[in-house]
Amino acid sequence: MIELRGLHKSFGQNNVLAGVDLSIERGKSMVIIGGSGTGKSVLLKSILGLITPDQGQILVDGQDVTQADRDAFLARFGMLFQGGALFDSLPVWQNIAFRLMRGSLKRPKDEARDIAIEKLRRVGLKSDVADRFPAELSGGMQKRVSLARAIAAEPEIIFFDEPTTGLDPIMSGVINDLIREIVVDMGATAMTITHDMTSVRTIADDIAMLHAGRIQWTGPVGDMDQSGDRYIDQFINGRAEGPIEAIR
Amino acid sequence: MTGALGALGSAVLAMLASIGRVVIFAANTVKHLALHPFYPREFFQALVQIGWLSLPVVGLTAFFTGGALALQIYAGGARFSAEAVVPSIVAIGMVRELGPVLGGLMVAARVASSIAAEIGTMKVTEQIDALVTLSTDPMKYLTLPRVLAATLSLPILVAVGDAIGIFGGFLVGVNRLDFNSAAYLKNTVDFLETADVVSGMVKGAVFGFIVALMGCYHGMNSGRGAQGVGRATKSAVVAASVLILGANYILTEVFFTS
Repeated sequence: MIELRGLHKSFGQNNVLAGVDLSIERGKSMVIIGGSGTGKSVLLKSILGLITPDQGQILVDGQDVTQADRDAFLARFGMLFQGGALFDSLPVWQNIAFRLMRGSLKRPKDEARDIAIEKLRRVGLKSDVADRFPAELSGGMQKRVSLARAIAAEPEIIFFDEPTTGLDPIMSGVINDLIREIVVDMGATAMTITHDMTSVRTIADDIAMLHAGRIQWTGPVGDMDQSGDRYIDQFINGRAEGPIEAIR
Repeated sequence: MTGALGALGSAVLAMLASIGRVVIFAANTVKHLALHPFYPREFFQALVQIGWLSLPVVGLTAFFTGGALALQIYAGGARFSAEAVVPSIVAIGMVRELGPVLGGLMVAARVASSIAAEIGTMKVTEQIDALVTLSTDPMKYLTLPRVLAATLSLPILVAVGDAIGIFGGFLVGVNRLDFNSAAYLKNTVDFLETADVVSGMVKGAVFGFIVALMGCYHGMNSGRGAQGVGRATKSAVVAASVLILGANYILTEVFFTS
């Protein structure tokens, strides 16, 4: 279980997170929604330790992440970055097997390659992609490779940062379905940040809306349409008028 | 008046903060030398990129500099009938000063820029964050191999550049200035001391450290977007070049006046 307690983060005068409290149950898929610049990525990066919060506590299975052994902690996570973040200098299979070729999860090169090819198949790509470089792939293929890298070491917790950004609607649907299948198959705890409502409805068990640095509403995805919360109603229906000010 | 003093104070504080950050970055890099793990593949790749592939540009620079130096010293020496000093001055000038400094500056232009652009692009495309989430320390994976490769390969590049520069002077001396080839070589060898060569190579090692450190530091601290990476690249080359010239003066003081 992931628990956030009173998380604060400012950049200069900009109060991005102003006391975020949130719980994500083990094995559940939580989707964080919210407008651009509301701190969704900051929240996610704070959990991973890529950004240090100014205040508050992050607990994973009851343990404060600042007290945890960093390597062991990160070995439990997989992350799909918004732009893929594949390493340009490495072929696809080495990108996927990156964690399996170094550190505590290191294994023989052939075994790491076999796992990479199996993960490629898992995300619907053929083994001939393995030796190509990321720059030779389309946006959708890069996203799939990035997804394969995120699941390569069978993580317990997977983060997805805007998984469908930049993809056409059909490819977005494919990625959403893949994410849902993989999370269910692996029994992983997932946290996704997105403003794509199709993604939300496909991926989420629960959703939380981040607004003005706090969680505005959280609950099961099935309750989202009848939440009675004006903010979430405006967001999910994409209305320009409402409590959330839209800058024109 | 108060506003101007305030602005000056802010600028000085910002500069001191920058120096502090670079020193901490350098100390961190050196500290990682002693820490597990080491990435040999990345180190050898950096060695090829920084050392081997810089050889043509350093060699050409040294060759033309050696030739021009021979012409200059001959013309200057003729004013007081001291044309005979050409071989020894070319050798000492190349080995002590021009070989390391020009080699360092050429490598700064070629390597600091490419390191800063590469790491800066990795930063803005979240590849550095991805490294961290994959339990890999970017200092160990990106910075240390490059800094170590540059520190070890620059002295060799300088030594090769010295030889090529002296050869350039020799060709000009023999073909344009009518020196006897055997006498030119004898003069070169007689006047050169081991300390001259070693001091130049030590300078090369320091300059290599500076070049890669500046490339990595500015890449890691790159701003967002193409403009951020462009600015990081420019800063890396400027900082590396200025630091090389400053360090050269200090090292010359240490080696030759104490």
